[in-house]
Amino acid sequence: MAKFIMIHPDKCTGCKNCVVACSYEKENHFRPSASRIHVYSWEREGISVPMMCQQCSDAPCVSVCPTGAMHRVFGSSLIEYDSGKCIRCRMCVQACPFGNAVYDSVTDQIIKCDTCHDDPSCVIACPVKAIEYVEENVATRSRKKAFATKFKEAFQEVA
Amino acid sequence: MMFGWTGVILRVNLTNGEIKKEPTNMQDARLFIGARGLASKILSDEIDPKIDPLSPANKLIFAPGPLSGTMAPSMGRYNVVCKAALNGVIAASNSGGSFGPEVKFAGYDMIIVEGAAKKPVYLWIFDDEVEIRDASDLWGKNVPDTTDAIRAVTDEDAKVACIGPGGEKKVLFANIMNEMHRAAGRSGVGAVMGSKNLKAVAVVGTKPIEVADPEAFEKAVIDARKKISEHPVGGTGLRVYGTDVLVNILNGVGSLPTRNFHDGYFPSADKFGGETLTAKYLTRPKGCFSCIISCGRVTKVTNPKYAGEGEGPEYETAWGFGSDCGVDDMDAITKANYLCNELGIDTITCATTIACAMDLYESGYITLKDTGGLAIPFGSAENMVKLVEMIGNREGFGDQLAEGSYRLAKRYGHPEFSMTAKMQEMPAYDPRGVQGIGLHYATSNRGGCHVRGYTISPEVLGVPFKVDQHATEGKPQLVKTFQDLTAALDSTGSCLFATFGIGADELAALLSAVTGVHYSTEDFMKAGDRIWNLERLFDLKAGFTGKDDRLPDRIMKEPIQTGPSKGEVSHLDKMLPEYYKLRGWDTKGVPTEEKLQELSLI
Repeated sequence: MAKFIMIHPDKCTGCKNCVVACSYEKENHFRPSASRIHVYSWEREGISVPMMCQQCSDAPCVSVCPTGAMHRVFGSSLIEYDSGKCIRCRMCVQACPFGNAVYDSVTDQIIKCDTCHDDPSCVIACPVKAIEYVEENVATRSRKKAFATKFKEAFQEVA
Repeated sequence: MMFGWTGVILRVNLTNGEIKKEPTNMQDARLFIGARGLASKILSDEIDPKIDPLSPANKLIFAPGPLSGTMAPSMGRYNVVCKAALNGVIAASNSGGSFGPEVKFAGYDMIIVEGAAKKPVYLWIFDDEVEIRDASDLWGKNVPDTTDAIRAVTDEDAKVACIGPGGEKKVLFANIMNEMHRAAGRSGVGAVMGSKNLKAVAVVGTKPIEVADPEAFEKAVIDARKKISEHPVGGTGLRVYGTDVLVNILNGVGSLPTRNFHDGYFPSADKFGGETLTAKYLTRPKGCFSCIISCGRVTKVTNPKYAGEGEGPEYETAWGFGSDCGVDDMDAITKANYLCNELGIDTITCATTIACAMDLYESGYITLKDTGGLAIPFGSAENMVKLVEMIGNREGFGDQLAEGSYRLAKRYGHPEFSMTAKMQEMPAYDPRGVQGIGLHYATSNRGGCHVRGYTISPEVLGVPFKVDQHATEGKPQLVKTFQDLTAALDSTGSCLFATFGIGADELAALLSAVTGVHYSTEDFMKAGDRIWNLERLFDLKAGFTGKDDRLPDRIMKEPIQTGPSKGEVSHLDKMLPEYYKLRGWDTKGVPTEEKLQELSLI
């Protein structure tokens, strides 16, 4: 079974431990601008949302890539990036509807989440489980159950 | 390559518009670490401690530390260092969020602001690009509106530290707010910023912070994270209930100052405690940069009379607008907190100055004529909220309160009503019920303040060990140790709450791994001692003496009236001489030459 990174903005505290952990894992220093995950905070409302590559099945970054640098390995749910094939045309950067493929001028690379090859550092760093690495087919089960619980409680009140 | 430190200091002169990038003095950086320590060293070297704090001669330093921006746990803090507007001591006002780390990512160990602009300006920093920009349109705006307006013309994700109307009008306890809700609260650093006509500093940084010894660093981070998250206070208490969890704890030991310190116990305190806040007001917890505790409270008040959204209240705020003003209406307390944050004024001094005014009013020294018709006996929640707005905008009677309780009480001929140490208001731990914290208030280099020698940990919470809160034995050593530890900790970029889990050993290990400069635990504590003495020297040169190491007469002579600490007064006089001795100071509280040599301060 394949896994993906699930976000829970309701739990996110905006601490950016995921952001620094990612930058350290990938670049060996702390540089949030090179992190593959970003956290945006709306301070008036007190809401924070983590964002990273969604590993789209029909990925625009793959479709527009003229050299096959951005590609999916057969049987994998990951979109992978081959720096050797990449001509730095930044078409993927333009195409990604989420803004999750980024060109980093410091390293001259396209940077995007690769789930740290099945062991995401951001997930390990999150102190409140606002990001989780979960099985795709059962990923939303707990979220569904949380809402089901509310229904259950409502019915119990009526009964 | 630089590790931990960036090696660059940004210096901006608002009088002549000059912007300079200077190398960080690395010898000083090793001795004073960064943030509070290193910035205090620079301020001490560069200004005459006797200057008027609101004159252009004062300097305002925004200072993160060498660990800021790394993933060492709870490293979201930075310090604002200057001569204090409220009481003329050396100020290092500490705030969280992401602003401090962002300054580092922009490539700076600190930002020094000098002089004063002729008209309102703000500072826009995007890595190496630094601009002084016109802020005429921003003047008069509150903190959230200023933050939004600056982001609209700079970068939508810029980290913004700014002043509100309080700082513009030089309310003597105006703060500097960053990311809307985090406050460099105490000492009136916002008034200093206002005196420079500097409305805001906005920063975006994209540069790296390097680590000298990755292997040791990873080990130290895992160790520190584990210890904090497994700690009952750091890992559970603060995350679930926020700092407001302390209301019931302190009331339970009879040390929750009540009605301007007339008492130390408030029967209905639970109405504004952390349990109530969590049950009725909390939307979700919030964490500063790299924090694993998340004590921040995103909250909401639905009662139409006091409706609002924001963050807080923290313990000190809930106490100040709560029992210290004789109020138990959490809606009003939370609203007062929101208003302080929007106007940019310190909740502690604001609340306690109102408490002082209520006290003077009840005693008949302040009349309806003085207040402009506002009745303000203890417990008047509605007028308390009104006064917050009047203070922030310096309207009517609020203009008098904007000077703080020391000047207010003196103005009405009763300075003994001001609950201050070195003219700054004492916070939420009654020094009659907890002896060590009283010695700390009396000797703190920034006046009444709890976060520079938090002996409440051992005296009340039993962290890392329990001591008798009413005893005086052993307290001078305890106070000195906590003051030194905190001075060093504040200089790394760490949050004080990390000490609910880790101490000097772990911090020294993190600092050594990041910077590549070896700090033993002893080196680290000695750096704290050095910083403490440096600050002391500044205050002595500013005109303070050992005679100012005192507490109000009420604390020394009038016992707590009710509750578990009934009958207690402070025994400061029993502790102070021993404290001086342990510090290596003479009987007048002046550091000896020998001590200064030992600390490489001369």
